[in-house]
Parts: sequence; structure tokens; C-alpha cells
Amino acid sequence: MGDEMIVAGDLHKAFYSHQRGGRVEAVAGISLRVAKGETYGLIGPDGAGKSTMMRLLNGLYVPDAGRASVGGYDIVRQFQAIHRMSGYMAQRFALYGDLTVAENLCFFGRAYGLSAAECAERVPTLLRFAGLERFPQRLAARLSGGMKKKLALASMLIHNPEVVFLDEPTLGVDPVSRREFWDLLSTLRAERGLTIFICTPYMDEAERCHAVGLIYEGRLIAQGRPQDIRALLPGQMVELHTKDLRAAEIVTGVEGVLEVQTYGRLLRVFVEDAERRIGGLVGAIEASGIEVSGARVAEPGIEEAFVYLIRRQRQEGMHRP
Amino acid sequence: MLQRIWAVMQKQFIQTLRDRRTLMVIIALPVLMLFLMGYAVEIQVDHIRTVVVDHSRDQRSWSFIEALENSGFFDVMYYVESQDEAIQAIDEGQARAAVVIPPDFLGAVERGEAQALVIIDGSDAMTVQSAYNAAITVAESYSVDLLARKLERSQPGAHGAALQPLDGRIRVLYNPDMKAIIFMVPGIVATILQNQATSLTAFSIVKEREAGTIEQLLVTPIRPLELMIGKLVPNVVVAFVNMLTILGLGVFWFKVPFSGNIWLFLWMALLFIVSSLGLGILVSTVSSTQAQAQQLVLMILIPSLVLSGYIFPREMMPKLVRFAGDLIPMTYFLQISRGIITRGVGLRLIWSQVVSLLIYALVVFGLSASSFKQRLE
Repeated sequence: MGDEMIVAGDLHKAFYSHQRGGRVEAVAGISLRVAKGETYGLIGPDGAGKSTMMRLLNGLYVPDAGRASVGGYDIVRQFQAIHRMSGYMAQRFALYGDLTVAENLCFFGRAYGLSAAECAERVPTLLRFAGLERFPQRLAARLSGGMKKKLALASMLIHNPEVVFLDEPTLGVDPVSRREFWDLLSTLRAERGLTIFICTPYMDEAERCHAVGLIYEGRLIAQGRPQDIRALLPGQMVELHTKDLRAAEIVTGVEGVLEVQTYGRLLRVFVEDAERRIGGLVGAIEASGIEVSGARVAEPGIEEAFVYLIRRQRQEGMHRP
Repeated sequence: MLQRIWAVMQKQFIQTLRDRRTLMVIIALPVLMLFLMGYAVEIQVDHIRTVVVDHSRDQRSWSFIEALENSGFFDVMYYVESQDEAIQAIDEGQARAAVVIPPDFLGAVERGEAQALVIIDGSDAMTVQSAYNAAITVAESYSVDLLARKLERSQPGAHGAALQPLDGRIRVLYNPDMKAIIFMVPGIVATILQNQATSLTAFSIVKEREAGTIEQLLVTPIRPLELMIGKLVPNVVVAFVNMLTILGLGVFWFKVPFSGNIWLFLWMALLFIVSSLGLGILVSTVSSTQAQAQQLVLMILIPSLVLSGYIFPREMMPKLVRFAGDLIPMTYFLQISRGIITRGVGLRLIWSQVVSLLIYALVVFGLSASSFKQRLE
């Protein structure tokens, strides 16, 4: 167990739902392992069970069944020990808007048992790290969205945790700030060997993780390194640009097509041997009088793999009695 | 542990002091309330606007009306011709009361069978009470007076006073002038303290839940009890400052005599504040938004005013209603503060209320500590 920071075995957690008039499993049997120093991304749509999983690992919920540990501490019996060695950034921005940047940092430092002197020493370093050194006296409520997230990250790091849990940290943040936030995470990973457990709905962020788990309706439908996940897609990918949505239907019927995904006007078609098939695909669409403005062979990403896996999952679900 | 409590307290103090507007309201509101109550609330109503229907218009009827006016309770506005007109005047709000004197009042008085009708506007309970009492008193003393004079005429030399078989003298203890403010101040102190302590605590906890900061707090090593204490202390300070302000104004501005031991009173006030804060924590555990908490605090405030004995004496309440009053900390503190401020009694005479309040504080804190979970569920 020496190399593992997070171990979860068959975790279950259900909540009562008024809509469905009964208990609904938000987490329905999740097992995963995260090695020390690894960045693990839990990827999935809203309502898939990401936040529930986060809260279970932080001792905020008690699982109905299954066991899990963080840093060797049991999430039910030893959650207080977990709190001392970890940082948790909840999904909703949860710092005090009526406290200044420095006061927020210091409050969390003191809450984790740091002395005033230790706080005073670490606050400037963290402010520099988060790029907030010019605003220590600004009220947290007056920070921009991206800066708030950076401050939240900084305040979770004040007690030098070994592992951090980030629940959709870049939700509602502009692309530039998002990139900056991830650069900060990379620095932490490289300099401190920090283990990072992150939830996100953004597929591009998954590419920056060592390992990802695709979560859907409370279950992990795939798990592994990003390249392993992408490898689950059948064949190779062809991207087609058309203005007519009927193109998707036409292509689905073409021989050798394994999978078709539509992204607005962009069509991603999976076939064996893309180079050979690309001409046939374009020809089939144009034969119906629809113009194809672009066609190329491209490298598929996590997003395509996820869409494919969810679709397969749904089909299996329909066949089940 | 102490350090974590101190961290929460510091944060809470900074937040309290930074929100100037709310702080102003918290501090100014009790003062405003005291002045409103001090000047507006008068239980005794006098100078009641009165119309008169005098069918006799003789010497006796005039002197009776004069007696009514001299009592200070009735101000004769004008005369009307009939009872109907008098009732109409009350209907229209021109007058609150009417006096109807039948024809041949003089003769009736001589025969000893005189009657006068007093009509009172019943839409205001205070006016009814005052006018009713005043009319009876005036009529009684007027007839005693008449009787005495009559007797003197028939039996020269006999002394009028001998006629009155019993002369009741009433001495009102602690508040000889029956000033409402003296009676009100201990009640106002209790109401404001309970309301503020309860709502401040409930709001400050629910606010963390609303903002989502509670989730962040729960994953720190701060334990629920430490969080509770750290949050309560600043509220205790604010409530205590307010209590001193109201008490000071009551004693120095409204000249309410403070008869008892001030230190005993301050200790009791602290105990009361702590119980009210506990009540606030209970409110916070069942509300998820500040609006809900607000409603609940109001739901506690109204029964507090009615059931604690602040306005209506508890002795007259049915058992079940009285029991409901027992669940409100104000009930005990009201008896304690009236005891100490107005009657000047010591611990010996109020110990049962003190013990009740102590038990109350312990129970409320036990309940709230056990419902204030480390988990989100």
C-alpha cells in the first residue's frame, strides 16, 4: 500500500430523490487507486456522481457500502487525520468574500494549526505562487473569477498537504485563467510531488492527468491513462465539415463506418483505415447534394472516447431487462 | 483547540466589524425600540374625547359632568341632542366615549335613583379599561359626596366621613406612580436580548451554509464544538453591549430605578444570552437559508412576547399554554430581571428561575452540539 495515496473499493452512496420517489445511487460501486504524486481526473457530465465521490473521500458523507482510504486513513473512522494531511476545494467558491486575500489565507492557516509566525512566513510565498502578491488587502469578493480560484487553491496549500481534492476548480473560469490554474497545478506536481484528485467536466483537462476515470450515472465506465482511454475508440477518426445535419444519417449507412459523432457542423466519423475511406465518405455525402467544406484525418481525444463509451453504455442499458 | 477557536473568533470579529451597516442596525435598533416604547407605550389612557347628551340641563347634571371632566379622564368635546347622535359621533371617530344624562336628573338624585349612561368605544381595549374604571370611580365618589351632604342637611353636626364604612387604601409597591416604563424596561431588555442573540447566531451559521463556506470549514481540523464556540463569543459580546446600552438608557434617561445588585444582574444576563444563542444554533440546524432562519426567529419572538409574561400575566394561562412558555428562555429571565431591577431581590428569591435557565442553557447546547454534525448529511 506504500505507493498508493487513494484507494477506494466498491463505494456506494444513495440519496433520497423526491423526483423519483426513492433512493437513487449517486455513487454505485466505484473502485479506484491513485498512486502518490499522481494526478487523477474524474471526468463526467453533471450529476454523474463526481462531487459525491469527492465528499465521500473527504469524510463529508458516510458510504452506504464499500471502503476507502486516503493516505492510509479510513474515510469513515479516521477522517480527521485525512483532513490534516489533505486540502479540499469544494465546487462552490468557498472563501470568505468579506475577508481580504491575506485574511482568508491566514484564517485557513490558523485553522490548520499554524502559528501566527508560520502564517506570516507562508502567506507571501503563496501569494506569489498564486500571482496575487499585488492584492493581499483586497476583499476576496472583489477578485475576478480566476483569481478567486487561485486564492482558493493557495489557501488549501497553506498547511502543506500531501494530497489535494479539487472539485471542478475551473468551472466558470475564462480559458486564460484556466490554463494558468493548470500551470500552477503542474508546478505543484513537479516541485512537491503533490497527489492531485480532480473532478472536471472539461475533456481537455483530462489530457493533463496521469490517469482518468470516466464516471457516468455513478459508475466508472472506463479508467486508465488518457492514451489508454483514447485507444478504446474503434478505428481511426475522420473529421468532416458540412452545413447540413442530414450528413450524419447518410454517413452512418456507409460501409465500414463504426461510429458517428456530431459536434454542431462538425462530424467525426470512425472507420478502419481512415486514409483509404475518407474519399468514399466525402463522395457519399456530396452524392446527396450536400457540400463538404473540409475533410481530414485527425487524432481522437478523450471527449470522443467518452461520447463513444457513454453511447455504448446506454445501448447496453436498453438491452438489459 | 484553543487556537482553532481563536481563529474562528478572529474571523468572526473581523466580519462583524467590517459589515458596518448591519452592525449599525444591530446597535441602533434596540435604542430606537426603547425610545419608541418609552414614549409611546402608556397603558393608562386619559383625556378621552367625550360627547355629552344632557336631557336635564340642571344644576346636578352640570356638576356631574364637571366631576367627570375634573377626573382628567374625560374631555368634553361638545354637546349633542340625542343618544343616536352621540353614537354617530363615536362611529365617526369624533369621540371615544359619550355620557347620556336622562331628564330630571336633579329630581332623580334627590329620590336616590339617578342613573347616567356612559357609552364607550370598545374598539380599543385600553380605552375601554380606563374609561370604564374612571366612570365608576367618578360616579361612586360623586354619590358618596352627595350622600354626605344630604346627611349633613338632615342631621347637622354628623361628619361625612363617618358614612364610609370602609376606606380602602392601596399602596403599589416598587412602582408607586404606576409608570409603564418601569414595568416595561426589564421586558424590553429581555425581548431584545433574546431576539438579537438568537438571530445573530442563527444567521451567522446559516450564512456559512448558504455561501458554501461550511463545506470548506468541515474539512479543516476545526471541530463542530470549536466552530460553535468561536462563532458564539463575538455574538455574546455584541448582545452584551446592547444590553448595557438599553439598561443604561433605561436607568439614566428614563429614570427607571435599579433596585438590585448590578453584578448579579449582569451574570444572569450572560446566562440568558448564552441560552438564547443556543436557541439560535437550534434554529440554524433546521434552516438552510437566512430567510428560513428569519421566519423561525420571528416564530419564536411572537410567542415569547405573549407567553413569557411580558404582556399578559402567566398565572391566568391554561396549563398547556404555560408549558409552552416554559420552553422560552425569556420567561425565566423576565422573572429574574423584574426581580432584580424592580424589586431589588437577591439570588435567594429567584434561585428557581436561575436553576431553570441554567438547565435550559445546558439542554439547548447539548441538543445543538449533537445536531451540529461534522458531516454534510
